[in-house]
Amino acid sequence: MTGWQTLFYKEVLRFWKVGFQTVGAPILTAVMYMLIFGHVLQDHVKVYDTVGYTAFLVPGLVMMSVLQNAFANSSSSLIQSKIMGSLVFVLLSPLSHWHWFFAYVGSSVVRGLAVGLGVFVVTVYFGQPSFLAPLWILVFAVLGAALLGALGLIAGLWAEKFDQMAVFQNFVIMPMTFLSGVFYSIHSLPPFWQTVSHLNPFFYMIDGFRYGFFGVSDVSPWLSLAIVGSALLVVSAIAVNLLRIGYKIRH
Amino acid sequence: MPAISFQSVSKIYPSTRSQTGPGVRALDNVSFDIQQGEFFGLLGPNGAGKTSLISILAGLSRASSGRVLVHGSDVVTDYASARRKLGIVPQELVFDPFFTVREALRIQSGYFGVKNNDGWIDELLLSLGLADKADANMRQLSGGMKRRVLVAQALVHKPQVIVLDEPTAGVDVELRQTLWQFVAKLNKQGSTVLLTTHYLEEAEALCNRIAMLKQGRMVALATTSELLKAASSNVLRFKIDSELPKAIADKARITGRIVQLPAHNANEIEHYLSAIREAGLVAEDVEIRKADLEDVFLEVMAEKIGVTA
Repeated sequence: MTGWQTLFYKEVLRFWKVGFQTVGAPILTAVMYMLIFGHVLQDHVKVYDTVGYTAFLVPGLVMMSVLQNAFANSSSSLIQSKIMGSLVFVLLSPLSHWHWFFAYVGSSVVRGLAVGLGVFVVTVYFGQPSFLAPLWILVFAVLGAALLGALGLIAGLWAEKFDQMAVFQNFVIMPMTFLSGVFYSIHSLPPFWQTVSHLNPFFYMIDGFRYGFFGVSDVSPWLSLAIVGSALLVVSAIAVNLLRIGYKIRH
Repeated sequence: MPAISFQSVSKIYPSTRSQTGPGVRALDNVSFDIQQGEFFGLLGPNGAGKTSLISILAGLSRASSGRVLVHGSDVVTDYASARRKLGIVPQELVFDPFFTVREALRIQSGYFGVKNNDGWIDELLLSLGLADKADANMRQLSGGMKRRVLVAQALVHKPQVIVLDEPTAGVDVELRQTLWQFVAKLNKQGSTVLLTTHYLEEAEALCNRIAMLKQGRMVALATTSELLKAASSNVLRFKIDSELPKAIADKARITGRIVQLPAHNANEIEHYLSAIREAGLVAEDVEIRKADLEDVFLEVMAEKIGVTA
């Protein structure tokens, strides 16, 4: 393995060793959502004419888990190793900022997809969605996980304490994922909130991802792809630059 | 080519919100070279700038001005090459709680792109007395064992320059001996060693050349034997139960009942002893010994002598 592959492998091994907590727990959470929302709302919420609510909910929950866990992976690894001091082992290595970026974001994508796949396998039992355009599913899952992995990298570099990280997670990531149309189609919202939802990049990730299953979505998947792709480029550029200058890690 | 070259290195930490002014000057224009194969000691009291200097060398921190070269590679512009040549044992007792000792060492090898390194990893484990802990999780190890792993991690890529930042702080006698035997062996085989320590007898025994820092400035740089010659040649040492007369108390190093006074000649010794007699005191266990590195260190820090060669 080369240097960055080792860091990538280490980051994957890190979450895999505590897989009960990093993969098992989010899958259980998604099952809870499925049981409660699916049961309560199945007969009340009509999304698209051809799609039942539980089937609609499955891709939303999968994508939400992908995004949240991709973010959690890079951010918690960085904040933990900063506070424990063990980040010094990577800081002393000859790895470049690009190596860091690909290793941390790559392992976040792996964690996001692993959890997403797990959530899919257990929730598909409740409502079977179709697979009209599997390539879109894959593209949005990978791009979304990479975007959140890069965002987690920035948050992990910025935060100095666990409570700062919790602020980022609870006041930015959670609201944005919940208000992105995981549990509903934004067409069911009043016009004002529809407009607000269109400003949320998470909406496009979930909408595009869902298009891959049902072939219908709130906006065109190409628009979603353009927005998610641009957001990924911007966030990645910031993350790589922070790594290059050693923001809060090299003084 | 020197193993390490510090060239006019300064470091100013920006002032915090509660302070005003230009900030804290941790290093002030420090320049010196360490030659290949040296066992070099960097000494100074807490806050003198030793760790700042090593952090800049390691790339953990950036100099405000000046530059540092490792075997000719600049630690900022050519950091990958510089870091491959450096093995740094950090001062803090840090570890990654997710891994076993062997995993930690394999991962550290991997960061440096060293493949199939199990032979050298086994040798490191054996030499540092870690062989039976190879598969133990880092969390289960005692402080001393964690320190050994830190040393092994620093050496896993066979660096040409080994930097030990206070490696024996809070470490038992057995580990100190294991560590020094091993590091001395690597030094004999050609590795350059840079050591910071508060144990001056260790520095005196191990280092061929020594630099001393005080408040970010270099106040001494010479071979160990030159330094020892530069200080007061002798020390008068005795035990006493009462307080010393003021005139000699100012010059004395006092540790509990033990009093040590720098003495250049017999007259000075007579002067001290008569001052004690006139005060009606009795000195016990009186002896005269050769000055050691601790005496030199104290005189340099008091700026009674400056040594540069």
